[in-house]
Amino acid sequence: MLLSDTQVEHVAQLARLALRPEEKPRLTEQLNAILAYMEQLNEVPTEGIEPTAHVLDLGNVFREDAVQHSLGIEDALANAPETAHHFFVVPRIVE
Amino acid sequence: MTLAAMSLHALHTQLVRGEISALALTEAVLTRLHAVEARVHAYITVIPDLARQQAAAADAAFARGEVASPLQGIPLAIKDNICIHGVRTTCASRILANFVPPYDATVIQRLRQAGAVFVGKANMDEFAMGSSTENSAFGPTHNPWGDLGAVPGGSSGGSAAAVAADACIAALGSDTGGSIRLPAALTGVVGLKPTYGRVSRFGLVAFASSLDQIGPLTKNVRDAALLLQAIAGHDPHDSTSGDVPVPDYSARLEQGVRGLKLGVPREYFVAGMDTPIEQAVRSAIAMFESLGAELVEVSLPHTRYAVATYYILANAEASSNLARYDGVRYGVRTAQASHLLDMYMRTRAEGFGAEVKRRIMLGTYALSAGYYDAYYKKAQQLRTLFRQDFQQAFTQCDALLAPVAPTAAFRLGERLDDPLQMYLADVFTIPVNLAGLPALSLPCGWTAQDLPIGLQIIAPPFREANLLQIAAAFEAATEFHTRKPPLLMDPA
Repeated sequence: MLLSDTQVEHVAQLARLALRPEEKPRLTEQLNAILAYMEQLNEVPTEGIEPTAHVLDLGNVFREDAVQHSLGIEDALANAPETAHHFFVVPRIVE
Repeated sequence: MTLAAMSLHALHTQLVRGEISALALTEAVLTRLHAVEARVHAYITVIPDLARQQAAAADAAFARGEVASPLQGIPLAIKDNICIHGVRTTCASRILANFVPPYDATVIQRLRQAGAVFVGKANMDEFAMGSSTENSAFGPTHNPWGDLGAVPGGSSGGSAAAVAADACIAALGSDTGGSIRLPAALTGVVGLKPTYGRVSRFGLVAFASSLDQIGPLTKNVRDAALLLQAIAGHDPHDSTSGDVPVPDYSARLEQGVRGLKLGVPREYFVAGMDTPIEQAVRSAIAMFESLGAELVEVSLPHTRYAVATYYILANAEASSNLARYDGVRYGVRTAQASHLLDMYMRTRAEGFGAEVKRRIMLGTYALSAGYYDAYYKKAQQLRTLFRQDFQQAFTQCDALLAPVAPTAAFRLGERLDDPLQMYLADVFTIPVNLAGLPALSLPCGWTAQDLPIGLQIIAPPFREANLLQIAAAFEAATEFHTRKPPLLMDPA
């Protein structure tokens, strides 16, 4: 077992996913099967090999620091679950 | 042949000559769509009002003698992870069930300028994560072939099934690890995954940003060339789109393959591949030899590590990209939350399906403190080796010929409880995404159960014209692309 129940709980917390108690055993089992399969990468020696983050040779993209057309406030808020006075509303953060 | 069953380029000829109207064509496609949709379920949202409006505009342009492009008046299906301004875009997820984009994706903007007609948003695996289109919050799509009880492949299964069932003329999909090519192969249509950076990703809902690419699914190779032509090119809104000239993709479709060197990677013909698949792909390869191509055996030695490498990288990127679904700015928010963190956790738990959660968990774990080097960095190093494998192979040949998948379409439900088995469907498509290459799938046979078999052609970066030339030569010499799913021929 690469991942214990406690670790699964910890990763779920990091990922902001509330797991139902009945989901956990099956999920832990599936994650462990997949991670075990991924272990085969250890057969490949990769010492000194540059990691590839991106296949294209990318450079910085610059533009003039000028005002351009962008989404209006109404459009930007149109899909929000809750808004007030042109702001996004979230549940209470501080007591 | 009915209008809906015709190809894009044949319809274009009739539209330009005034033999048919775009509106009549759109009505014919909508009629066909409604006749088969209960059995196929290719769409999440059908948009007949917009389609009729666009068709009328196309007809007005034809009447003025204006022809913006071969796409003018052509009804298309758009995968539901590509944003159309004002049209619900769900990514087949509960968490975006009510999302209406306030802008067009760049490909959509280009297709609007080209005069195309959008008939609907096609079904898919949730957030493009899957190989069967069963991971959709709106129910699975059925493969139009066989007994309608097999999966269409995924994740662009709705787009592929819509093309195969004549419920559109052509479609857009997206391909992160095979999501255009696999469903194209499993439903007997043509699917093209362009070079990473060939087509703008602006307005494509992100899954794995270093791998995602939009591409066409069509009834034949020429149609794929026409649709790619309309969407390819640099976009200032996507800094990863390549500033590389776009050639005429239709120019070389009749040039044949005489004198070309085509590589056959030995690692793509291994144990585990179904016999009918191997036979069909091998006879397709022999056909190229008879058409005058020279065959060379090549080696892609890291192929067997593709699935493990991909599911580390793609899931890591996904866990980061999907962090944005927090119930604040868009999407569905949980009804019961006591405080902010509780709201995040419940919203995401209720909004995401099982496969998306599994992948977010794996990606989060692979990126978490203490495991980064063992998983993410290791997989990025493997990615370098995949690129080198292909670079080496392309010193010996112009393009590669390979199977798309080791099996034909599997039964609905068969692999749902075994994620690893599901992932293995992508073993021959994933390496192409890791290396950022263009590749095309086209039909090369059928199994005894009347399920399609796909041939994959892979080319060096930005050589889509080569892919299309090679595929067109095969298509011209065979009849596979002319077959239609028999069960859907009756008007039931």
